[in-house]
Amino acid sequence: MDFASFLIQTLNSLQYGLLLFLVASGLTLVFGIMGIINLAHGSFYMIGAYLAFVLTSTTGSLFMAILLGVPLALIFGAFLEWALFSHLYKRDHLEQVLLTYGLILVFEELRSLLVGDEVHGIDIPAMFNGSIQLSEVLSYPVYRLVISAVCVVLAVALYFVIQRTRLGMMIRAGNHDRTMVEALGININMIYRVVFALGVALAALAGMLASPISSVFPNMGSQVLIISFVIVVIGGIGSVWGALAAALIVGFADTFGKVLLPELSGMVVYIVMAGVLLWRPEGIFKKG
Amino acid sequence: MTTTFKHIRNIALATAFAAAGLSGAQAADKVKVGFMLPYTGTYASLGNAITNGFKQYVAENGGKLGGREIEYYTVDDESDPAKATENANKLVKRDKVDLLVGTVHSGVALAMAKVARENKTLLIVPNAGADEITGPLCAPNVFRSSFSAWQPSYAMGEVMAKKGLKKVVTVTWKYSFGLQSVEGFKEAFVKSGGKVEKDMTLPFPNVEFQPFLTEIASIKPDAVFVFFAGAGAAKFVKDYAAAGLNKTIPLYGPGFLTDGNLDAMGDAGKGLQTTLHYADGLDNKKDAAFRLGYVKAYKMQPDVYAVQGYDAAQLYQAGLNAAGGDAAKQDAVIKGMEAARIDSPRGAFTLSKAHNPVQDIYLREVQGGQNKVISTAVKSLADPARGCKM
Repeated sequence: MDFASFLIQTLNSLQYGLLLFLVASGLTLVFGIMGIINLAHGSFYMIGAYLAFVLTSTTGSLFMAILLGVPLALIFGAFLEWALFSHLYKRDHLEQVLLTYGLILVFEELRSLLVGDEVHGIDIPAMFNGSIQLSEVLSYPVYRLVISAVCVVLAVALYFVIQRTRLGMMIRAGNHDRTMVEALGININMIYRVVFALGVALAALAGMLASPISSVFPNMGSQVLIISFVIVVIGGIGSVWGALAAALIVGFADTFGKVLLPELSGMVVYIVMAGVLLWRPEGIFKKG
Repeated sequence: MTTTFKHIRNIALATAFAAAGLSGAQAADKVKVGFMLPYTGTYASLGNAITNGFKQYVAENGGKLGGREIEYYTVDDESDPAKATENANKLVKRDKVDLLVGTVHSGVALAMAKVARENKTLLIVPNAGADEITGPLCAPNVFRSSFSAWQPSYAMGEVMAKKGLKKVVTVTWKYSFGLQSVEGFKEAFVKSGGKVEKDMTLPFPNVEFQPFLTEIASIKPDAVFVFFAGAGAAKFVKDYAAAGLNKTIPLYGPGFLTDGNLDAMGDAGKGLQTTLHYADGLDNKKDAAFRLGYVKAYKMQPDVYAVQGYDAAQLYQAGLNAAGGDAAKQDAVIKGMEAARIDSPRGAFTLSKAHNPVQDIYLREVQGGQNKVISTAVKSLADPARGCKM
């Protein structure tokens, strides 16, 4: 591999890793702070992508679709938390797995009834539809760089909210000791609802942003679900920084694995996971 | 109480027997055809197209094949190999169908072929392209009305060699259909003096192609041969165009690359050349009539899958005709099918010794949202049926 290719592959790794972070961040929040194993997280990604498709076709613009779609996802998340997940906090993980697996089936069936089983494409917004010439034959789509920029902004915003705001403090406290927080007069149920809605919205936003480059198709959620769990486990459950670091590690492992070890390309990510877990069984950034 | 209960029970039993008697009588004079196809999930539209095509031919013959009325049995295979044997047994053992038709997914079709062999039930595979079905696993009672993975890819190998391309890179998912496609391509391409610089694979259904695009840009081959289908194909084509590679390094592949997903590809698909045994804009009367009839009956455009279903019915009719309409005379039915010359919308074809169509493979180009035929890539291409002892 020459140096130019190496740099471009590094860019590929960063870009892929950042997108993975966006999907996994919601999962790590819900898993880490609320203790819910949410297998339906991939479905929220799928729902986001389909929302983008439906809203883009009706409004004619992906920006409008995202502006409308994110609040919708927040409301949907809050509703789900109220109707279903709030009953699960005291149950064991098996019941959570059953419910959330059931939700995957329900969401896929609803998607099939409402939108159908076809593959759909979404146009990249015109202002980002260019590309940058990187080498003689290869250019890089601007839209991918935009996605990366959005992911970086969101990572910083998430960090700020969790570490520097009152809400973030309550979330962290709730993570630490639910009963104590309640005793201090904080409405922990509301906090959980906010966190869950945020998790759903992050996954849906990832789906919306990725939809122009990934297309929109049935079962797209299951593809991101497994890799999201890998990231959450590597990064340390509940840690946003951990998710970011893990997503970048996975991005690099996957990209360079495909190029350097094509025979093992499907396994590299999991080998890395096994290695990290041997070194730090709780994940890289496990706190408290 | 007891008498009332007995009375009700007797009525129920009598009704049940009457119903059983009725269906028994019907079954005796109708030929039973069992569809085991995907009616839900990603491949649902393919399953429906195959069913529609089959029924269209039967309707054209006044609801009969070989002079016999047809009774349909249907099982949704969900494209799930784990349930395939059980599903096939429902049709074979419970419903005792004369003909089993299915399916789309190769893994499911392989399990069906096994059930068909064990029970000596006649099977027509209307899509699944696994080379094995008419290769090592071939059997006297197993037929295919579609294609083998090898066929369109081999044809593409010849096309690309003729275009003077020398240095090629291949990309596919690492599963049997993809690998068989690449093998078929290489066989023809390398024989004609071409060189495959690198084979790239990624696990199914992974669609993160960016590392490969970078790799292709650094290798700078004359062209890229690719096997992908459905949503993954649409994404690959879009990513390829977004990376600007389509301007300097042309992309080729078997027709699955651009079938049923042109809408999702948008402009990125324009001008792509692919090979398949069917195309839009074929100059033959049978195709025109078929398309007209299909649109009238189902209010939508037919596709290659509908053609394969239609031809499965034609093939069976040839068999039944040879057996004087008696589905039970399986040897005669098989002989009739083996000897048949099918007047298909894709162009006429016959069957190879291993029961796979010997057919023309077309070179097509994406124009105005269609896969327009531009030439015949290879005439009467027969699958080599490696490993078939029949």
